[in-house]
Amino acid sequence: MVDPVPVGPAPDAAALAVQFSPQAKQQIADLLGRYPRKQGALIPVLWLAQEQFGWLTPDVLAMVAAELGLAKSTVLATAMFYTMLYKRPHGRFHVQICTNVACYLRGSDDLVKIAIDALGIRPGETSEDGLFTLEEVQCLCACERAPCLQVNRKDYFDVTPENLASLLTQLQTEGLRLGPSIGWPDADESDNHPAEAAHA
Amino acid sequence: MPEHRLLLRRHLGVDFTNLANYIKYGGFAMWKRGLELGKDGIIAEVKASGLRGRGGAGFPTGTKWGFLPKDGRPRYLVVNADEGEPGTFKDRYFLEEDPFRQLEGILLSCYAVDAHVCYIYIRGEYWHSKDVTERAIADLYKAGWLGKNIQGSGFDLECYVHSGAGAYICGEETALIESIEGKPGMPRLKPPFPANYGVFGMPTVVNNTETLAAVPCILEMGGDAWCKLGSPRNGGTKLVGVAGHVKNPGLFEVPMGTPMREIIYDLGGGILGDREILAIIPGGSSCPFLTKDEIDVPMDFDGLKDVGSMLGTACITVIAEGSDLIKVMGRVAKFYQHESCGQCTPCRQGTGWLHQIVQQLDAGAAGEEAIDLLIDACNRIDGNTICAHGEAAAWPIRSIAKKFRPQLEAEIRSRAAASA
Ligand SMILES: Cc1cc2nc3c(=O)[nH]c(=O)nc-3n(C[C@H](O)[C@H](O)[C@H](O)COP(=O)(O)O)c2cc1C
Ligand code: SF4
Ligand code: FES
Repeated sequence: MVDPVPVGPAPDAAALAVQFSPQAKQQIADLLGRYPRKQGALIPVLWLAQEQFGWLTPDVLAMVAAELGLAKSTVLATAMFYTMLYKRPHGRFHVQICTNVACYLRGSDDLVKIAIDALGIRPGETSEDGLFTLEEVQCLCACERAPCLQVNRKDYFDVTPENLASLLTQLQTEGLRLGPSIGWPDADESDNHPAEAAHA
Repeated sequence: MPEHRLLLRRHLGVDFTNLANYIKYGGFAMWKRGLELGKDGIIAEVKASGLRGRGGAGFPTGTKWGFLPKDGRPRYLVVNADEGEPGTFKDRYFLEEDPFRQLEGILLSCYAVDAHVCYIYIRGEYWHSKDVTERAIADLYKAGWLGKNIQGSGFDLECYVHSGAGAYICGEETALIESIEGKPGMPRLKPPFPANYGVFGMPTVVNNTETLAAVPCILEMGGDAWCKLGSPRNGGTKLVGVAGHVKNPGLFEVPMGTPMREIIYDLGGGILGDREILAIIPGGSSCPFLTKDEIDVPMDFDGLKDVGSMLGTACITVIAEGSDLIKVMGRVAKFYQHESCGQCTPCRQGTGWLHQIVQQLDAGAAGEEAIDLLIDACNRIDGNTICAHGEAAAWPIRSIAKKFRPQLEAEIRSRAAASA
């Protein structure tokens, strides 16, 4: 099957500011074999890019476009549509509390309050130290175990105010050790201790 | 009331993510049967079973398969595992706990419709589901149940997981197809239907995870026998969920047509605090709400249609007396506004109005006239959009505004009293 006529030229591969890792390149080769058109691999490749760079900076989007031979606008249009593809830096821990009906009926609003107090940020915000992003999300589809939340890739079910408070304390400790997430603008990969930077 | 467990096997306490266990309990036995029946034979059994799509719309699966044009173009099977309808938690069971069941169904279905590539579109937030399913697929490739010349049959099938990335609308089958093509998940105008012009412009069958998981069971029992388990025109068993204000929330399996009352009271254990029921969402929040007087409805596609609602995903949310229906409506309205893809004006703007009006009600800033305004706004959305998201947004809100007016008026008065 032929690829449709591209809406514009792909960026020049020689002029890119960032590069995929060799492992990512290998995975991309495998992904390309799964779809009859290169653009089919776009969302999986954006996931790989996000894994490597933390979020989809304009440079990263250009790199993806060059890799798949797509126009930057094509890549941007897709990236913009999906909430889990990040267009701005996120905290090390993305705390997502479900507040849809079943969780609401079982106390999710109290959980949101606890998180706001503990983290000092409101839903939709990221803490200045780059450790936490707090969000209210809509139905994680585990309503039988409501209220639910997700931190990065891990689900937590039947959450009580007590479990949440202790989970957040634990994440705060871990966060100080690990520092902000990859791609956090102030994160210096060398020896800068993020906890000190945050309190400077 | 007894459950009728064919698909749901949690009670056995067996790790069905392990291929050896899956096979030990009869897994993949239907492959041989499928080869004996042949492609048309499998489709005939599925037609006889009366199996209707478990994604919510209830379209007869065998009939859908029959729509594929015989024009020699490559065909695709796309699995809708984008479970996202608020209140639903059934496909997660297969994806996380019994992944081979779905995969066996995929193998049989692909063989029947002559598809050689299958994409399983799994919701982005379902990290564990994606891991388990990816591992199961890898195991099947190793064991010769996927890939070239499957078990020496000469049949080839490639199967891939395609992860969503946080867009509810990608559950709509044509948005899902766009998403597999690497585009924004905007539903297509139909026709052409996916059977003719699906993924990459090729003939495509889109089926829900639970639909496909039922296929091996249907071959095992025979289509007719499976059909007779359920109510007329609603064959078989169905996974049903109960969540919200019940004592024993969970996932169960019952014959189609089981009265909702039995599911809520017998399986769900009754209402928390032994309160009365205020409202019921029968199968995900896009279904019109029911009152407690409608609780004897048979849980099947026709039964719920007869009371002006939908079976949807058959995962029930129970809302007990004493709850704040304006707040519930706020969650529903917010969701459908956020998830509108924005292509159609009535949906893009209308879902925003609904949310805004409900927010005003919640803030005590609107009176009873806002209830009529809600109904009016709903009437301008449904029927005027490219996909059924418009209906999904309008129907639940309109049902609350119409059926629960006294409750809403009381909530409006108590907000006014509180702010006075
Ligand atoms: C807004 C919207 C969201 C949908 N979400 C889902 C979903 O999450 N999972 C699903 O299986 N079907 C969903 N559907 C239904 C699909 O469009 C389609 O009917 C279904 O995948 C067909 O499979 P089935 O015949 O096996 O049910 C949705 C439909 C609409 C309009
Ligand atoms: S009805 Fe809504 S979600 Fe569906 S295509 Fe139109 S704008 Fe998009
Ligand atoms: S409402 Fe929270 S998981 Fe469904």
